[in-house]
Amino acid sequence: MPSEHVILDSRKSFIIEKGVAAGATIDCDKESLSGAVSQRACVYCGARVVLNPITDAVHIVHGPIGCASYTWDIRGSLSSDSEMYRNSFSTDLREKDIIFGGETKLAKAIEEVYSAYHPKIIFVYATCVVGVIGDDVDAVCKLAEQTYNLRVIPVKSPGFTGNKRTGYKMACMALMQLMGDEPHEEKIPYTINYLGDFNLAAEAWIIQKYLREMGIRVISTITGDASYSTLINAPKASYNVVQCAGSMTYLAKQMKKTYGIPFEKVRFLGVDETVKALRKIAYLVGDTKVIERTNALIEREMKKTHERLETYKKKVAGKKAAIYVGGGFKAIALIKQFRNLGMHVVVVGTQTGDSEEYAMIRRLTEDGTVILDDANPSELQKFAMDKQADLLVGGVKERPLAYKLGMAFIDHNHERKHALSGFEGAVNFAKEVDMTLNSPVWHYVKNKNKTI
Amino acid sequence: MCHSENRNFTNLHVNPCKMCMPMGASLVFKGIENSMVLIHGSQGCSTYIRRHIATHYNEPIDIASSSLSEQGTVYGGASNLVEGLKNVVNIYEPEIIGVLTTCLAETIGEDTHHMIQSSGLMDRYDGIDFVSVKTPGYGASQYRGYLAAVKSLVAHYARPSGVKTERLNVIVSDMSPRDVRELKRMLNLFQVDYIMLPDISDTLDASFDAQYKKIPKGGTKRKDIMDMANSKATIELGMLTDDHLSAGKYLEDHYQVPHYKCPIPIGLEGTDTLLQLVGRLYNKKIPRLLLEERGRILDAMIDSHKWNREGKAVIFGTPELVYGVTNLCIENGIEPQVIATGSDHNHLSEVLQDKLEAFHYHPVIIEDTDFETIGKLTQQAQANLLIGHSDGKFLKEQLGIPLIRIGFPIHDHVGGQRKLYIGYEGSLRFLDEITNTLLDLKHDAYRENMYATFYGPHSEMAR
Repeated sequence: MPSEHVILDSRKSFIIEKGVAAGATIDCDKESLSGAVSQRACVYCGARVVLNPITDAVHIVHGPIGCASYTWDIRGSLSSDSEMYRNSFSTDLREKDIIFGGETKLAKAIEEVYSAYHPKIIFVYATCVVGVIGDDVDAVCKLAEQTYNLRVIPVKSPGFTGNKRTGYKMACMALMQLMGDEPHEEKIPYTINYLGDFNLAAEAWIIQKYLREMGIRVISTITGDASYSTLINAPKASYNVVQCAGSMTYLAKQMKKTYGIPFEKVRFLGVDETVKALRKIAYLVGDTKVIERTNALIEREMKKTHERLETYKKKVAGKKAAIYVGGGFKAIALIKQFRNLGMHVVVVGTQTGDSEEYAMIRRLTEDGTVILDDANPSELQKFAMDKQADLLVGGVKERPLAYKLGMAFIDHNHERKHALSGFEGAVNFAKEVDMTLNSPVWHYVKNKNKTI
Repeated sequence: MCHSENRNFTNLHVNPCKMCMPMGASLVFKGIENSMVLIHGSQGCSTYIRRHIATHYNEPIDIASSSLSEQGTVYGGASNLVEGLKNVVNIYEPEIIGVLTTCLAETIGEDTHHMIQSSGLMDRYDGIDFVSVKTPGYGASQYRGYLAAVKSLVAHYARPSGVKTERLNVIVSDMSPRDVRELKRMLNLFQVDYIMLPDISDTLDASFDAQYKKIPKGGTKRKDIMDMANSKATIELGMLTDDHLSAGKYLEDHYQVPHYKCPIPIGLEGTDTLLQLVGRLYNKKIPRLLLEERGRILDAMIDSHKWNREGKAVIFGTPELVYGVTNLCIENGIEPQVIATGSDHNHLSEVLQDKLEAFHYHPVIIEDTDFETIGKLTQQAQANLLIGHSDGKFLKEQLGIPLIRIGFPIHDHVGGQRKLYIGYEGSLRFLDEITNTLLDLKHDAYRENMYATFYGPHSEMAR
């Protein structure tokens, strides 16, 4: 069939093969091509996934029901306190609201939420249709703040106004609006904010556990297990540490500008990155006691982790992996993790990576590796098969594709219920690679041309 | 029957028990042979819908988007749409492309049908059909989107050839691929030739093959939909569909194909109704094998009737499925306490009234509702069973009541595509699942309850 190998002309500049087209640049950070079946979501999605883990907030989706329905409790973010964030509130706009405007309905919805739950904070997400009919969401939120004495923060996230990255930025702007524009000169020593961890499967708690041992207090985790009270104290922290660069670098920059908080990017995915990140944070604080405690922690954990990783490495080394994930930072960390397990990365793609991240990906990969931005199922199929990948790592939509191709699969999505951060996460990752690659099922599938 | 406010809040929907129209329409096109879907709107709609369908069926779900951006939204999305359709043709080579609108497309006034007609696409791609369906996200729930897509397909294709056939049109409702296979088996036993629309039995439950296909094999054939105008009759598995939304009624009005409504065959009576109707239409006896299965479910119903009597159920989901499940519960002595759907403008109370009264049940029936409200009513009713799709997991978690999963979506268990709950065989399997859940409830708490009630320090006896 001719369609098996079609790469659309307009997509060609988004795909390169390392070493084959030396010097060529990869297109990225552009609108998705119509009809190409992009794996990306929309602006609203970006904003929602970033803000949703704020646990005591009410998140009202101002729009038709679908937007709220498809994002209800889809992240595995954990809370140490309120469970309010796991609800899905919507104004459930109907035809008459579209014709006459949805402002009144939104105002009444806020009133109802306020009377029933008395939250400290409400986020109101403007969806596609709200952007088009022009509801003045800002004004409704402002009036509600004055009336009920709580924070009501608009999130400008009509789906068509960009891609998921735009949504991240809108979420960061909403967070800045919450934290305010007071400069906050006084900083509390030995404190940080930990940005860009959504506390999936307790990941933020794992990192906090390390930091506590090092003698560093986390004022606010943003946004996993965040709450109104921790967020408004965030401007008092001495440093910001950013894990998910794609979603939170903008916020870190804004916080630097407004509150004078310096920031560092770190990665807690994989052993090497975790060690590097912990050292970076220790030196940021600069206290010799902190550095000593950090070194002790690293030494102890490394020893423990190394032994466990070696047993997995023996079983997975030499296999080929394909990567298709949301952000560039995650892809980079994964390449390193696969390398440490003795595996070869043959395909790397992201939904929202930027040119800096792609440059890094090119440096890290072997010749012949296919690198692609905003890929679609057809391209993933082609390159994973051409390069004879044994395993694909991706999100929920990629999983059935991998399985139908007879390929092992690693979940790197919002919904997983096991941590992939820190030392614990590195072990979990290796364990999952082994579990899937060495499952007996592939024995039957590899002989798929045989009939019984 | 008692009535209740359908929602706790007037302007606020808390934890939706429904999805949007393009979702339902997408599911229909997934049951058409060699078809693709393009959703005209911003990128998120298709991605969310794909994700939702993929986690239920565990199948790759390719749905294209016209990826409308600010530019397209302001100046019109015709070029996006046309470009998108060309790309879909290049990659997938489908025979049919379902073009669905979204809240965004409808609000900016996009007429996709007209846009395609004036684009030259139809001349350029001679063998490919473009079927437009209006599915504004704010129009209604996914259940109505489903009906709209089925009707659009029938209106697009069905044409009389002048020669009547002995075939039976079967319009499928909210059922699993496994259910559709069961339905086919029952009709095959009757030796009746049928056209099933949509037929998701292979497409959404595809086998593992040596060669991966971008569009899975199976689905209703285009030429069969054309032929629906010539059939002997249409059976629509839907009791609640208004005439103006019904594809079966459309075939009757335009091509004089007699139209019969029948419930999704869940439970004894539901299955009886379908089999009797088929038997009557073709003047055939109900096949012996099916009668044996009927005897077996009756036997099982007797075996478990006392355990079932302790069931107090909250039933939720799409209206047709809720109707079928309620019937199964009633005839097995499981008391429906709350019957709920997120969809609006159905006739649940009307169609259930007689049977509920006959067995003296007085549940709360609510439409256009949300899970916040269902949860409140569940607590008031002191129900011990939740029966519905997996978005009820929240209630299960909060109230500690077991959830029997049926319908779409099922995200938190595997095998949504393989669940069988229709026909005597499926009803029996489903009933066993319910009974066993009730038995577990009883057994797991038995020793503790008896001790606490009659012996422990805080028991009635001690007081």
